[in-house]
Amino acid sequence: MKVLIIEDEEEMLQNMKQTLEKEDYLIETATDYDSAFLKIGVYDYDCILLDISLPGKSGLEILKELKKRGISDGVIIVSAKNSLDDKLEGLHLGADDYLPKPFHMAELNARIKAIFRRRNLQGDTFIEIENLKIDIENRIAFIEGEELLLNRKEFDILFYLASNKNRLVNKTALAEHVWGDHIDQTDSFDFIYSQIKNLRKKLKDHQAQVEVKAIYGIGYKLVSL
Amino acid sequence: MKLLNYTTKYFAAILLFALLIFTVIFYFQMLDEIYDSLDDGLENQKILVINRAKKDPTILHKTSFEDGYYTIHPTTYSEIRNVKDSYRDTLMYMLNEKDYEPVRLLETAFRQGDHYYKLKVITSMVEEDDLIEDLLYSILWLYIGLVVGVLLLNNWVLKRLWRPFYSLLNKLKNFNIEKEQSIDFEKTNIEEFQLLNLQVEKLLQKSIDSFKAQKQFIENASHELQTPLAISINKLELLAEKEELSPKNIALLASVLENLERMTRLNQALLLLSKIDNKQFVEEENLNIPEIINQIVYDFSDFAKHRNIEISISSQDAIQKFMNKDLAVILFTNLIKNAIVHASLNSIIRIKINEQKVSIENESETGKLDHQKLFSRFYKVNTRKNSTGLGLSIAKAIADKYGLALTYTYDRYHLFIVDFTKNSQAT
Repeated sequence: MKVLIIEDEEEMLQNMKQTLEKEDYLIETATDYDSAFLKIGVYDYDCILLDISLPGKSGLEILKELKKRGISDGVIIVSAKNSLDDKLEGLHLGADDYLPKPFHMAELNARIKAIFRRRNLQGDTFIEIENLKIDIENRIAFIEGEELLLNRKEFDILFYLASNKNRLVNKTALAEHVWGDHIDQTDSFDFIYSQIKNLRKKLKDHQAQVEVKAIYGIGYKLVSL
Repeated sequence: MKLLNYTTKYFAAILLFALLIFTVIFYFQMLDEIYDSLDDGLENQKILVINRAKKDPTILHKTSFEDGYYTIHPTTYSEIRNVKDSYRDTLMYMLNEKDYEPVRLLETAFRQGDHYYKLKVITSMVEEDDLIEDLLYSILWLYIGLVVGVLLLNNWVLKRLWRPFYSLLNKLKNFNIEKEQSIDFEKTNIEEFQLLNLQVEKLLQKSIDSFKAQKQFIENASHELQTPLAISINKLELLAEKEELSPKNIALLASVLENLERMTRLNQALLLLSKIDNKQFVEEENLNIPEIINQIVYDFSDFAKHRNIEISISSQDAIQKFMNKDLAVILFTNLIKNAIVHASLNSIIRIKINEQKVSIENESETGKLDHQKLFSRFYKVNTRKNSTGLGLSIAKAIADKYGLALTYTYDRYHLFIVDFTKNSQAT
């Protein structure tokens, strides 16, 4: 999988690069309009992470140019502006997703994977880790071919953790992803724990070869046993 | 008191005073002139009588006025030696008026041959009281005329002259800096008003600019903070994934991350507030309010269950309101979240929805909250560490934007009401 990151903020760029390299993607980077099109002219990318506020020509200009050239790489806009106008215009110009900064790495990861799935429609829509198999389209999880009965939230948690397997998922990222953006200002995320507890029990009961590991104070991680 | 009435009042007072002085002076001058003229006449008659007496000595014995205007009494030199012409006022019975009326009398003496005579000449005189009365009436009429004139002048001329001023005043009264409207100044040829308009315009422009700049500043500052926050959080997340970290260090990291996230929330709340202020939520649609509230309650159900709080919703059929969807969701989310966070454990939150209003009621250990401060920014009842202190002020800002009344009352339960009937479709 090839990913191009267009971002003028060096540190931000390095963060995204490091985190995506862990997923074994091939990462290229660009910092402005011209360097971006030097890269785009040469390779086809499966996904482009695009910052809107670039020096000189903005990210929206890049989108327009991509549309003009008929390049349909999956574009995720990452923007610190979180403005509705930018979002609407970006999506209108053919971007696939809009991720406002600051975001959690787990969320970035999940969004990129969603892009890959959407772009390879004929490709498999399953995630397989050890004896766990998740049918994403039908929202069903199996262990050794046997269906794991999960409620909506439990499935969302498992799916999110599986998308970030072996990665530490921040509990805020998990809460926002599963319970919605507005959950983030609640007192604590202790309520997540009861869902995790149920999920763990179900995984264990089915002798799954994966488990949800708590990383104290930060979040959770799906690891192989 | 209005400016017009003020000028009228002062004009009336000044006129009254000026006219009084004028009347007194005028009266005495007039009187003086009349006496002067009468006395001239009497002197002339004196000469005529003396001349006539030279030709017709019979009149020298006319000792009473009866049908004439003079009397002559023979006298001696010693008596008149010191007599000079003397004018004085006296009374005389007038047949026509059947009353004593003032007359002017000239008393003098003359010599004819060797004889001396005392001569009195009279002439009827203006009646002083009549004169005063007449004068008073004319002055009164003049005064009334002038005051009425001034009033008309004020109401017509001054009103016309001051029109740019009143128009400016009216526009300033209706001016609302938050509505981002500009004022059209009425064209005027009056230099002072031109200057006034110019200065007011400058002043307004300055206030509007600084108001905008302030809003823009908050928005920009929040924007600028997003990137460093994002970098820090992501770097810490990468660090946390490193295997070699001890649980102690992980806990340290967790605490830093938590606070950075808290800062992010605060920053986003500020950004949201300034976006509402800067009217960046334009798209509006008909929203089904019960549907939105049900969704929010569903999103928060796990959180509520965790605190063992039951949420009951009683709602009428689909209630449609025309609003921006994001803002409507944020408004009700903040209110419901607020209720869940502050509700006592194991209690019930009651949400009632009808055509007029949405009310959200919760029980809490804290008593009545401060009405004044409740919706102000950064007001916190207790120092919950994850509270931004901005949730209710955001709700209030949204309610204000749509002209909805967001009120709080306390009667054993905390009750928040969003009243749609006051929806004036502002902005």
